[in-house]
Amino acid sequence: MTNDINVSPMHTQSGASQRLWSWLGRAGSRLYLFAFVGFLLGPLAILGGAAFNDSSFPTVSPWQGGTLKWLQALFHDGEIGDALVSSGIVAGGVILVSLPVGLASALVLNSLNGRARGFVYGLMVSPMLIPGIVIGISTLLFWRQVGVNGGYFLTILAQASFITSFVMLMIAAQLQRFDRTMEDAALGLGASRLMVLRRILLPYLRPAVLAACCLAFLQSFENYNTTLFVRGTETPLTVFIATKVRTGLTPVINALGLVMMLAALIGALLWELKRMKGFARADRS
Amino acid sequence: MSEIFQRFGKTLGGIFVALVLLWLAGLVLVPGIYMVNAALTPRLPLALRGGPDDVYVLENFAYLLNHPNHGWIFVKTIWSSALVTFVTLLLCYPVAYWLAQVARKWQMRLMLVLMLVPYLMNEVLRGLAWYIILAFSGPLNAMLMGLGLLDEPHRWYGDGGVLAGMAYAYILFMLFPIYNAICTLDRDQINAARNLGSATWRIHRRIVLPHAKVGIATGCVFVFMMAAGSYVAPALLGAPGSRWFTQLVYEWFFEIGNWNRGAAYGVALMAMCLTVVLGLLALFRVNLTSAIK
Amino acid sequence: MLDMPRVAKMDTPGVLPGVSSPLPSAVSLNNVEMRFGPTRAVKPLSLDVQQGEFFSILGPSGCGKTTLLRLIAGILKPTAGQVFINGEDMAGVPQNMRATAMIFQSLALFPFMTVWENIAFGLEARGMAKKERRRRAQELLELIALPDHGGRLPGELSGGQRQRVAIARALAIQPKVLLLDEPLSALDLKLRQHMRAELRSLQKSTGVTFFYITHDQSEALAMSDRVAVMNAGTLQQVGTPHELYSRPGTRFVAEFVGETNVLSGSVSRIENGTAVLDCPEGRFAGRSTPGLREGAKARLYVRPEAMRIGDGNHNDLALTIERYDFEGAFATAHAVLEGSYPRRDVSVTISQQSLSSAPAIGAPFRAGFCARDAIVLPDE
Ligand SMILES: Nc1ncnc2c1ncn2[C@@H]1O[C@H](COP(=O)(O)OP(=O)(O)OP(=O)(O)O)[C@@H](O)[C@H]1O
Ligand SMILES: [Mg+2]
Repeated sequence: MTNDINVSPMHTQSGASQRLWSWLGRAGSRLYLFAFVGFLLGPLAILGGAAFNDSSFPTVSPWQGGTLKWLQALFHDGEIGDALVSSGIVAGGVILVSLPVGLASALVLNSLNGRARGFVYGLMVSPMLIPGIVIGISTLLFWRQVGVNGGYFLTILAQASFITSFVMLMIAAQLQRFDRTMEDAALGLGASRLMVLRRILLPYLRPAVLAACCLAFLQSFENYNTTLFVRGTETPLTVFIATKVRTGLTPVINALGLVMMLAALIGALLWELKRMKGFARADRS
Repeated sequence: MSEIFQRFGKTLGGIFVALVLLWLAGLVLVPGIYMVNAALTPRLPLALRGGPDDVYVLENFAYLLNHPNHGWIFVKTIWSSALVTFVTLLLCYPVAYWLAQVARKWQMRLMLVLMLVPYLMNEVLRGLAWYIILAFSGPLNAMLMGLGLLDEPHRWYGDGGVLAGMAYAYILFMLFPIYNAICTLDRDQINAARNLGSATWRIHRRIVLPHAKVGIATGCVFVFMMAAGSYVAPALLGAPGSRWFTQLVYEWFFEIGNWNRGAAYGVALMAMCLTVVLGLLALFRVNLTSAIK
Repeated sequence: MLDMPRVAKMDTPGVLPGVSSPLPSAVSLNNVEMRFGPTRAVKPLSLDVQQGEFFSILGPSGCGKTTLLRLIAGILKPTAGQVFINGEDMAGVPQNMRATAMIFQSLALFPFMTVWENIAFGLEARGMAKKERRRRAQELLELIALPDHGGRLPGELSGGQRQRVAIARALAIQPKVLLLDEPLSALDLKLRQHMRAELRSLQKSTGVTFFYITHDQSEALAMSDRVAVMNAGTLQQVGTPHELYSRPGTRFVAEFVGETNVLSGSVSRIENGTAVLDCPEGRFAGRSTPGLREGAKARLYVRPEAMRIGDGNHNDLALTIERYDFEGAFATAHAVLEGSYPRRDVSVTISQQSLSSAPAIGAPFRAGFCARDAIVLPDE
């Protein structure tokens, strides 16, 4: 590492006190890092740990003996299953809306230049800058006028209205690196516009589209603030959990949290693995 | 516009433009206008709609200003969101710098995986974790009493709890943008500065911070916006005496049933958020295009 | 590779006005102009390229070569004038319906398709069945001497191989005209020379009209049947490489194509196709050209290889050798014209055999040239 080779002729402190300071600095920063990670992971540990406590309210203190009954109960809990299905329906719908629209938006943005581009860009990212509950209530207010009440339809539309921005950004980032003479080459070889899209642009954008798909799913699955206002009588997972807190929390929810944590861990590992592979490929070429 | 049709042809270009219009107009702009419209009209029974009383008024906004508590709650929400933004920035900057410039490869990988786990979990579960920790007979009180720092359990739920929950829920939205920005800083720039005899704090002030500016702006924008619009943290970690603005909006809609007033509150929240976001970008001298990539 | 569906079937086989030959020109430009806002990248120009010709456009960077090519390919629409391909007016014909195929400066191979899929792309666009496509692609792979590389990705080929794949991809659609935009500029010198020969023989064997663009004059002169020299959006001269070299029509062509020595002065006399020029260094004669007037300013151009060392020549120059550049078969002597101010350099080609008797560095000597080897052009 290059930063080990240091010429520092300007230090005036004596060697011993300098070493003490640098030791203190390193110890301090290490301590701080551990504290930071502790702050991030400690609450999750408590959340997961409480799933094994034989107490009817989820907690880790006092510890009333280990049990697996909450985990077992999780897999027989019909309500949680329903909530998962409900979240899945919404997420699927959001993907169906956001992917094509996000893709079209990225392509449109990529074709524009100058001031028009800046303006359209601003419009396209604006949904990300509006608080989720505002998106929820504006959707609710608008569709009530048309006679549509809260439910899956509105939830999907409301979520898609800002998730599309994220999808658009991911695809647009990849599109920036696209060599547009490839389009001219394909057209020159007699391809139709549709064929250029299908055989040139989409294959090129595939990694970004897949990543955007994952992102859209996650964002939808996690969403609470917007969903709360447009869900009607549906109960997606986040709403279900939040309702449980009021109506009677049991450690079954913690068991659920634990399972989701494991899923997140696997997801994080996969992501990191893929990133490493990406680096390896970049090194080779 | 003509560039689009030239590039994709009339049919495909038309489909793309139509999709974009459906999204921006149908899902964002028009609902937004409806919300503002609802905020500016009084709540009327169906029979009176379109009648002489169906005119634009400011009474919904006036209600917010004149209410003995709601104005204060609004201010508290802004102030607390700013506080959360500032605290997460302070907490994240050293970690982001360490991750991007100091950590060895395996350390960085491990940290990123560990941090992705809470990032991938939903906000409600993150709030729930703090709900359990801060419970009256929960682990925090148990620990503090065990250490002899408290004689009797403390009620943590309330404004303090909400702030802690928000900071926890949104801290990674601060960390990752700053980390990404510092990643692109050439390590040799730091070495060069150190070689020239710069003190550590000066290296940060003159080299790292200006480089990380865009990431910091992005992080601040998102954390502020999410904190101001958060409903989970107050709902889970608030106390009856400590209400938050998002809760007021919810009440207007689903408990009191005055949607017009709720819309006005929503408009107020949105206007405030956009003002702060644009203000932050101006403050950092960062434009929207580079802040959100 | 003969019986394939034609690229573009136009309904009216219109005949170009003023063309009497039975075969219409492969490419014909009629006062074509291209503006980008205020800049005129191509000024109104006309041009005819014959069937089966290897035609090159030679010009410095930024003179509008690529723009001209894109006009023919239909990527750009001319702001004025008409483009004819095979005698058919291309106005309103989109690029995917034209009988042209283009090879781009960057090649623009599709990185995520295998080599054979790349080559067969144009056939796929024409709805040819997969089996047939494969067969055609294989034929072309053999033509470019890469029969076993069909399954690779473009990233797994060398620069020269990629080059050939790009050519095969363009040839696959049996274009009437192949448009090549500096296709060799990214290759190293050895490979470039090799590919020159290969391109030339490919053109002869396929009979396809090549419209070739380059800023490298040796490339243009070596490969082409005819060359058009372009500068600042205008065509300076169109002719065979030999014509351009021996009878440049404009000052730009004379100075851009090949090495040349320049003497400037005013015309004192024109007779029998010979112009006599009065220069500060003396009086010199060369072939006269149209547009030359007595008393007007003019320039005389003479090639280094036309210079003869020794006394008794007609057009006699007093020189001092500064240095020799050895270039293998011959050497170039760089000399200074004595008494010239500002100093005027003159180069003289000296063959291997006469090198031993050549004057020493720093030594004064005399050299001259025949009037018919020099050309006098008006100073525009
Ligand atoms: N899309 C465009 N918009 C504006 N100006 C352009 C555009 N394309 C080309 N030009 C201008 O037209 C002129 C000719 O460009 P062109 O690309 O045809 O040059 P060229 O002869 O191919 O050069 P090179 O040998 O460097 O490739 C240049 O001055 C260029 O700046
Ligand atoms: Mg060019």
